[in-house]
Amino acid sequence: MEPLQSSGCGCTKPAASQAFTKNNGHWGKVGILTLLSFGLWLVIYNHLEPFSSYLTYSLFAVKKGSQLGDAVQFFLYDTPKVMMLLTLIVFVIGILRSFFTQERTRQYLAGKRESAGNVMAAMLGIVTPFCSCSAVPLFLGFVQAGVPLGVTFSFLIAAPMVNEIALVLLYGLLGWKVAALYLVTGLLIAMVAGWVIGRLKLETWIEDWVQELRAGEALVFERKLTWPDRIDQGKEAVRDIVGKVWVYVVAGIAVGAFIHGYVPEAFMASIMGKDAWWSVPAAVVVGIPMYSNAAGIVPVVEALLGKGAALGTVLAFMMSVIALSLPEMIILRKVLKPKLIAVFVFVVGSGIVFTGYLFNIIV
Amino acid sequence: MEIKVCGPGCASCEKTQKIVEAAVAAKGVDAAVVKVKDFQEIAQLGIFSTPAVVVDGQVKCVGRVPKQNEVEDWIG
Repeated sequence: MEPLQSSGCGCTKPAASQAFTKNNGHWGKVGILTLLSFGLWLVIYNHLEPFSSYLTYSLFAVKKGSQLGDAVQFFLYDTPKVMMLLTLIVFVIGILRSFFTQERTRQYLAGKRESAGNVMAAMLGIVTPFCSCSAVPLFLGFVQAGVPLGVTFSFLIAAPMVNEIALVLLYGLLGWKVAALYLVTGLLIAMVAGWVIGRLKLETWIEDWVQELRAGEALVFERKLTWPDRIDQGKEAVRDIVGKVWVYVVAGIAVGAFIHGYVPEAFMASIMGKDAWWSVPAAVVVGIPMYSNAAGIVPVVEALLGKGAALGTVLAFMMSVIALSLPEMIILRKVLKPKLIAVFVFVVGSGIVFTGYLFNIIV
Repeated sequence: MEIKVCGPGCASCEKTQKIVEAAVAAKGVDAAVVKVKDFQEIAQLGIFSTPAVVVDGQVKCVGRVPKQNEVEDWIG
């Protein structure tokens, strides 16, 4: 597992690169160019499969149905497919995020009660630009604005857990059902865990200086963005994110292609299969201190599944790696007492274990 | 002139720092660029998302990496 990072900020940050054009013109030009690009995208995307077959079996003259042929064709088809999907989704999310800011999300959640607040916070966690290094200022801002503690946690859990890159990779490599399961359960865990933490009334376990904090009025910066600005932000997000993760994606697909062609199934079944009841909690406990970006973990997920590991166990492992991490806990330690961090890890961890078992039962 | 760059020190904060320094150099103004890493200090400025840039006590941008030409406008 090469892309594990021990510290620092591995998150990509579409919010960090907002373009700001003063020129409000060339509306039509940008719109037409975007539409044309999308049309071209569709045409290419729909021809990837025959093209990869042509390359493999005709141009490279690999024998059809052979192990090598399977592996090569899988790689030649999946790499451009996943990269194209990734580019499209990152672009769309980049534009979507230009409509949201942390300031606006905070103002919105400040007026919400629990329950409804937990649901909204988890969903806003996906679309609000967020980076794990700004978790602490964000937490301070939420507390300051009077957002309930449980609602704040729903946001803090959902923001890293439901990740658009993971979503795309799961869709591209494992199909839409797995991607949908991941999205829905990620949101549910964030909502329920936040709600539980809210019920426990742990406000006194926030560090004292936070409660005494008398900051000035929170500053709100509203910037008027035009559609060309937003499309620019989408492009910036693509440059930023796709530019960083493509290596992991290609490496992951190469591993997947090898497994696809060569490794016999049921290899991992004995350790991470459905029959081993302890595998779900074990996967979660192992995943908690680890930190990796979604692009690094999904290929591993695919490899484990390919070798016969159970879906619930593997998804639980993935969620615990991206949602709970040692660096994040160290950062949060500045504003939360250790007891509250322990509760946070326990509640979220339990939610993930529960999800893991659920999938192993129903799938 | 005093310019504060607020942020715990992640990639985007470092980027902001570089852009601010480049803008100062390009404009040739006499300015001290200070890093503010302490969360308490940052929060007391009324800043709740990072990176942020403060020029002579006035908060200029919050939660994003500014463009160099923007920074040049603020200090020019």
